[in-house]
Amino acid sequence: MYRFALGRLLQAIPVLLMVITVTFFLVHSAPGGPFSADKAVPPEVIKALEEQYNLNQPVWKQYVSYLGDVLQGDFGPSFKYSGRTVNELIAAGLPITAELAFYAMLVALSVGITAGVAAAMRPNTLQDYVPMTGAMIGICMPSFLLGPLLVLVFGIHLDWLPVSGWGDLPGDKILPSITLGTGYAAYIARLSRGGMLEVLSQDYIRTARAKGLSERLIVVKHALRGGLIPVVAFLGPAFAGLLAGSFVVETIFQIPGLGRFYVQAAFNRDYTLILGMTIFLSTLIILFNLLSDMLAIWLNPKLRHEIEGAK
Amino acid sequence: MTHVSSNSLMGKRGSSPELWMKLLSVIILVGLTGCGGGESNVSAGNKTGTLYWGNGTEPQSLDPQIATGVPEHHIISAVMEGLVLKDRKTLEPRPGVAKSWDISDDGRVYTFYLRDNARWSNGDPHTAHDYAWSWWRALQPALGNLYAYMLFPIENAQKYYEGDISDFDQVGVKALDDRTLQVTLKYPTPYFLQLLDHYSLFPVHQATIEKFGDADQRGTRWTYEGNLVGNGPFQLVDWKINRRIVVQRNPHYWDKENVSLNEIIFIPIENIVTEERMFRAGQLHVTSSLPADKISVYREAKDPELRIAPYLGTYYYRLNVRKPQLKDPRVRRALAMTVDRQKLVDNITKGGQLPAYAMTPPGTMGYFPKSDLKFDPQGAKKLLADAGYPNGDGFPPTEILYNTNEGHRKVAVALQDMWKKHLNIDIRLLNQEWKVYLDSESAGQYEISRAGWIGDYVDPNNFLDLFLCGGGNNRTGWCNEEYDRLILDVAPSMSSHSERLEVFQQAEKILLDDMPIIPIYTYTTVQLVDSSVKNFDANIMNAASYKDLYLQAEE
Repeated sequence: MYRFALGRLLQAIPVLLMVITVTFFLVHSAPGGPFSADKAVPPEVIKALEEQYNLNQPVWKQYVSYLGDVLQGDFGPSFKYSGRTVNELIAAGLPITAELAFYAMLVALSVGITAGVAAAMRPNTLQDYVPMTGAMIGICMPSFLLGPLLVLVFGIHLDWLPVSGWGDLPGDKILPSITLGTGYAAYIARLSRGGMLEVLSQDYIRTARAKGLSERLIVVKHALRGGLIPVVAFLGPAFAGLLAGSFVVETIFQIPGLGRFYVQAAFNRDYTLILGMTIFLSTLIILFNLLSDMLAIWLNPKLRHEIEGAK
Repeated sequence: MTHVSSNSLMGKRGSSPELWMKLLSVIILVGLTGCGGGESNVSAGNKTGTLYWGNGTEPQSLDPQIATGVPEHHIISAVMEGLVLKDRKTLEPRPGVAKSWDISDDGRVYTFYLRDNARWSNGDPHTAHDYAWSWWRALQPALGNLYAYMLFPIENAQKYYEGDISDFDQVGVKALDDRTLQVTLKYPTPYFLQLLDHYSLFPVHQATIEKFGDADQRGTRWTYEGNLVGNGPFQLVDWKINRRIVVQRNPHYWDKENVSLNEIIFIPIENIVTEERMFRAGQLHVTSSLPADKISVYREAKDPELRIAPYLGTYYYRLNVRKPQLKDPRVRRALAMTVDRQKLVDNITKGGQLPAYAMTPPGTMGYFPKSDLKFDPQGAKKLLADAGYPNGDGFPPTEILYNTNEGHRKVAVALQDMWKKHLNIDIRLLNQEWKVYLDSESAGQYEISRAGWIGDYVDPNNFLDLFLCGGGNNRTGWCNEEYDRLILDVAPSMSSHSERLEVFQQAEKILLDDMPIIPIYTYTTVQLVDSSVKNFDANIMNAASYKDLYLQAEE
């Protein structure tokens, strides 16, 4: 298991290097510079700014010195937010986005697994069709539609919940978490239904039934562990996706998380912020994928034997 | 709140659907009990004197000599102040840090007398030397001050900035003593007092700036909460990036008795749809904007919270006169004459904008541009035929470039349609992302492009000097020596205001005859303002006077 993890971590190094290199040159070759503005910028100012941010060097030199800084964990100063470092901006946004992702995941898992398991227990009945149709709608419903809808109903008409913010007013975390979690809940419902159906048709379940165990005990004790493996494998990419993809929800609900920085940075050509965010999120995605693979191996004895047998 | 420990949910492998259901209901219940019956920001703020202000984007900087945008302007004008203020209704100059001033007979020497009780927000005395130092700093090229040109009316300021002279003593700023500041101008500049209320001429606190870095160093931490020392009615107490900026009353402000608000919370909201929802939910007193498709809804409901006011800005199209089909002024005139501006503002933009027939907005410092431009499709057809394109025959397909934005697209589509209908010419549309569009426009890689200009100060000069030969904001390739002479030499040397305006009339006529630009409409500011906000008077600079505002809930 450790060797597996170590191997995967080593593989991550060239991947990250690739990400840095491609992003660096893409960003620098994008038309429009970080300091262009509607009002003409005097040449003296452009010169001073380029000097300050090291942009007067040839691009390859900039690349080498940037790589050196990144190795030391320094993503440099943001071009747009005068006086702030990229590290500081990530540190400001990460806890908020992570919290949002965590609650969204909570929503996704609780709703998704409940619906999926319920559907799998009575396949091709109403108990299956209703949650699965709901899941289909959930997958198809974009968050930029669901978010405003929830806001209109619960925030404005019923006046139960705040329409925006994060940690400013009681209850303001509920609507964003539901909005972000719904799409994932729908996926998880379908995954857990599929997984459960497969497991429920296995011999050991039949044995359990033959022993006269209650259906509830069969599901809880025997079926869930195997049936949820596809869900566990999905968790890593899902969590990374939640972190990286929270932009729309953060914008709708006015949440000061990472996603807003990321998109604004691209519009502003804030080179260092774009790069820093990309590297940071890529690292997270690699780590979460690794973690969820390890969890899946740990849950599935068959895979565990394969890995350990390969030693 | 919704905190449920991760162990209870994820750690137990033996969880059952029932357990999930129970936990879910707990989450929802706990979350819901925390809300409902909660007081909105607006009603709570009305009791505590806290104003919630929707402020557009996250400010890039609160350094008045680095900042450039409207959101920055709002916050800076709460925490800092210039020698002179503007009347919130008429924009006439009013005493600020300077209690009075004299102007020499030739209009070139201004002597300002500072208040004895002027203080910085940390209690330090605030003197005339602060201005000399601050303006020295504003003219350091390394600082990258985009508004350095606002100081150029001061004698030798431009020369110093451009490195032609290196001795700042030659620049026309002298602190005669702690309380007296003398400013000598290059020309009598009638709008000079106005400039003093622009943040690029606000004083900055030398000791604070030097504590956090060099005077001309960008991006130091002197503007952060806990560091920033200002001289305005409020002081910065909290800055949570992308979340809020909080300012509270400055106890050392010279006019603190007349400040009513205790606190202002500036909330950066890029998404104007979200902003409007926040306003409806009582989370904001004032919005920065309103989505165009909502304007008619509020208008039809005759909602008193909707505030539409003229704004000192012109929406126009640049015509690239270097392109063969646009070289002939008759073609450019024909294009301008077939824009049905009234129809456009009534049916497309719908925000109360005024049709514009000249570059300078009417009423700018008593200036009403005389324009013979009007909607005249027949005359335009004839002009186009004279230029060699009878009934549009042979006119090459021409492109309108605009930055990606639904509002700009609608205007471009309308013009495309008008030009096809009245001139029978084919127009294509090209949208580019903002920074790409800026690049294309500056490089002259366009035929027709959308543009807008918002005035920095109320004077025709600020609109007309855009189109000087080779000027950075010209970008059309148009150049007229007589025009340059009028703007650069003749207008500044005029001794009376009316003579000066007459020169601007001549210049504007040259611009409109040659038509390197097509004026389309004069901007408006469209905002939602809660009825509890008092003394909120819209003015053409969209400049709020925070010290005058107060909150009073209506019974």
